Amino acid sequence: MKKLFLSTIVLFATVAVIAQSEKFTTAIKKNLAALDTSFKNPADLLSVANNFERVANAEKNQWLPYYYAALCQVNYGFMEQNKEKIDGYADKATLLIAKADSLSPNNSEISCIKSMIASCHMMVDPMQRWQEYGQESNSNMEAAMKQDPTNPRPYFLKGQGLKYTPEQFGGGCATAKPQLQIALEKFTTFKPSSEISPNWGKERVEMLIEECK
Amino acid sequence: MKFFLLTILLFLFLNIDAQISISGHIVNNKNKPLYGVSIVLKNTYDGATSDSLGSYFFTTTEKGDQVLEATISGYNLAIEKIAIDLVPIIQDITLKEQITELKAVIISAGAFEASDKNKGAVLNSRDIVTTPSANGDVTSAFKSLPGTQQVGESEGLFVRGGTAAESKIYMDGNLVNNFFFSSTPGIATRGRFNPFLFKGTVFSTGGYSALYGQALSSVLILESTDLPEKTEADLNVSVVGIGGGIQHLAKNKKSSFGISYNYTNLWLAFNAIKQKQDYFRVPLAHQTDANFRIKTKNGGFLKYYGYISGNKVGFRSIDIDSATLKNSFALQNLNTYQNINWKDRLRNGWKINTGISFSTNKDGIANELQSADNDKVSISNLTFYSFKNFSLQNIARYAQARVVLEKKIKGLSVVRFGGDYFYSNEKTTYTLFDGTKYIEKVTDNLVAAFTETDIYVTNNLAAKIGTRLEHSAIINKWNIAPRISLAYKIAEKSQASFAFGIFYQNPERKLLPGVAGIDYSKANHYIFQYTMQTKEHTLRVELFYKKYADLYKTIPNFNGREIAANNNGYGYAKGIEFFWRDKKTIKNVDYWISYSYLDTKRNFLNYPSEIQPSFTANHTAAFVFKKFVLPWKTGFNLSYNFATGRPYYNITYDNAQNKYTIADQGETINYTNVSFSINYLPNLGKKSAKAFAVWVLGINNILGQKQIYNYNYSNNGSRKEAVTPPANRFIFIGCFLSFGINRTQEAINNNL
Repeated sequence: MKKLFLSTIVLFATVAVIAQSEKFTTAIKKNLAALDTSFKNPADLLSVANNFERVANAEKNQWLPYYYAALCQVNYGFMEQNKEKIDGYADKATLLIAKADSLSPNNSEISCIKSMIASCHMMVDPMQRWQEYGQESNSNMEAAMKQDPTNPRPYFLKGQGLKYTPEQFGGGCATAKPQLQIALEKFTTFKPSSEISPNWGKERVEMLIEECK
Repeated sequence: MKFFLLTILLFLFLNIDAQISISGHIVNNKNKPLYGVSIVLKNTYDGATSDSLGSYFFTTTEKGDQVLEATISGYNLAIEKIAIDLVPIIQDITLKEQITELKAVIISAGAFEASDKNKGAVLNSRDIVTTPSANGDVTSAFKSLPGTQQVGESEGLFVRGGTAAESKIYMDGNLVNNFFFSSTPGIATRGRFNPFLFKGTVFSTGGYSALYGQALSSVLILESTDLPEKTEADLNVSVVGIGGGIQHLAKNKKSSFGISYNYTNLWLAFNAIKQKQDYFRVPLAHQTDANFRIKTKNGGFLKYYGYISGNKVGFRSIDIDSATLKNSFALQNLNTYQNINWKDRLRNGWKINTGISFSTNKDGIANELQSADNDKVSISNLTFYSFKNFSLQNIARYAQARVVLEKKIKGLSVVRFGGDYFYSNEKTTYTLFDGTKYIEKVTDNLVAAFTETDIYVTNNLAAKIGTRLEHSAIINKWNIAPRISLAYKIAEKSQASFAFGIFYQNPERKLLPGVAGIDYSKANHYIFQYTMQTKEHTLRVELFYKKYADLYKTIPNFNGREIAANNNGYGYAKGIEFFWRDKKTIKNVDYWISYSYLDTKRNFLNYPSEIQPSFTANHTAAFVFKKFVLPWKTGFNLSYNFATGRPYYNITYDNAQNKYTIADQGETINYTNVSFSINYLPNLGKKSAKAFAVWVLGINNILGQKQIYNYNYSNNGSRKEAVTPPANRFIFIGCFLSFGINRTQEAINNNL
């Protein structure tokens, strides 16, 4: 009886843990699906960001939801038309990614977000800010390449950044394309470590390459 | 047992099925719906984001007592306790707005801020170097803002009817006594300091804080930069000299040090551009400075800045009293300045900002009457002529200690208090034509205590209230100066401000030692300001009234020098000022327009009555236009300064009436100056470039318009001579190179 009772408890606990992690994975997956479509409607992006943040704060020891919440916030910042509001979203993203960073240090994906946040700050006033934030964005991008050479996203960010840099400043399609090609190659071989691990950007790279034709 | 398990399963099942909806409405304290608020059922995944109508809705399977939280940046977190049972829950939430720097009104009456980060700034650090009429001089850029006069014959800021001596300059909280190179007759000298030393500047044209004193008109508050972004070396070569320096950033990015050296020699420039004066010693200067900055554990800074410079200049001009003689003026200067400042966060919301500064200044002036062949002419019988042969040596030592403590009360509200101690010791040796020496010593010990509070009632209403208490040994009296500044936010982008303050000042050095019993001079400021500011536009209108009392009247001392005699002077200044900056309307163009109307009269020094001072114009306007052409990597900057004519007087002592009278007066022609500069950045955007170059071409008074600042009179009043710039036009060509050592080092390390 005692044995049965114990094994029931063990079983029950295991079921609970599995249920818990399944619940986590399901929640992330559900929101990732929302993330894919939300780019068409920025308002949804903010609510997806909040969804990820809730999961993050409930779990507290998972870097992924913080990472995705930061990704949403920074992308929302990029889409914001009112320049005075952009810094606010970038700052929020910084808070979230700092938590992710403390849970998973030296993570290439996290360095990518840091690079994006710096670019987002720079966008507010490029002339005045490029020196400070341009450098911060670059150094994080380079760190991301080092931390995981197979990760296509830092190359995507580099290519994207170059594409939107005026030709006079060493940007434009000519310099962007080789980077985007590297990114595309890496996308074809890149294997996300789980089904909820970062695996975004391929369509965007294809689109940018298309635009550069 | 089976039954037990089944019950649990059933219970679980039921639980999953029993989804309860939670919904509601989220508003702020003004009952406006809030969009984008995150609503969380604490420690669960459940929650929602409010829509544009402030509504939210979500379902949950949680049960029992739960906590519902609503968050959005700029508002206080709202916590609601709810009990989830079987019925849907409707929970409306009101969020209280936080008083944040981003949203709060800015206490700004009287002040212009140049900064890259702070909101409310009207200029950024780049503007100071790209405003063509400024020629890269820190203070000159502020002459394109309303409130200042286009005075070209002497250095300093003449603000709202005030003299240059009524404006004081502070660096990291410490007074800089010899901010400009030593004066030369009729030629404005430049500021000593490199504009790139400063990250932020506040230029107050009146109503400034109780933390500063001894300036009847204005203070310019400079804040030095923190750590450099990377280790860097720079080099500059121009028509006026060469220089270079390094800034070294420690690997841990917690500290840095730097040194620089500059050599200025105007030989080339003066050979290319003819000067009115005949220079027998072209301006030559050696300047070197050193600094270190250490970031503390709590994010504070310990900063040191030290400066030493030596310069020489000598020129002849036509002696005004004779047709044939020349006046020769030679100056030699040695100046040092050292400033150490510590700014930090302490425990329990306290902050400290403390510093010490030392400076010394040594001027040696030799003035000679010379013949057409540049030989010394000694005249011993005619009194006023003979006084033209003299030498003057001035040795000054200054020290300051300062401490400011700040305590956060609530939100943005703070209280701060502290004290200042200023020591000055100046010794002047005046040697007459016949070798007679007069030695004068002026020593002052000035102590000040101040307290100030910033109160933010709401995001829309704030006040700064302060008092300053001062005691100067020269006056040997206490003065108490209350200051108040209010700001009210009218709408999202616009605000109104009001400031009132009483300001005291000692007589300036040249009027000392004065007659015993002199008191502080005094000014009352009343300022009303309206500001509308967005990222792209700034509109600022300011009305002011300034009442002067107890200004110094002078009498000649035994060797003919005017000294402070009494406080019977008085005066006023009133006016309206407009400032408009627009970065948006024309693509890639940034321009600003400023206009000042000034009505001022005063009776001070040797003025016989209340008259408009010769350093003031009634209407002053400036237009600055900047365009950066990306494909050419070139910036074009144009500035236009205008001022109506200034009055000039020949004030002489009438022995018959035994008083000063105006023997002659008039008004100068209008002042106009069109200046132009081009900055070319060939390496812009080249990430691989080892050096970053900026080429500068600047032309001052491009149209060569005639500029007359004032008139000088001969001793008998029969001749007058226009005071004009030394050259009608000045052309500057220079190249500034910077090398990021860090990057090359990194590249080397990476390849090893």
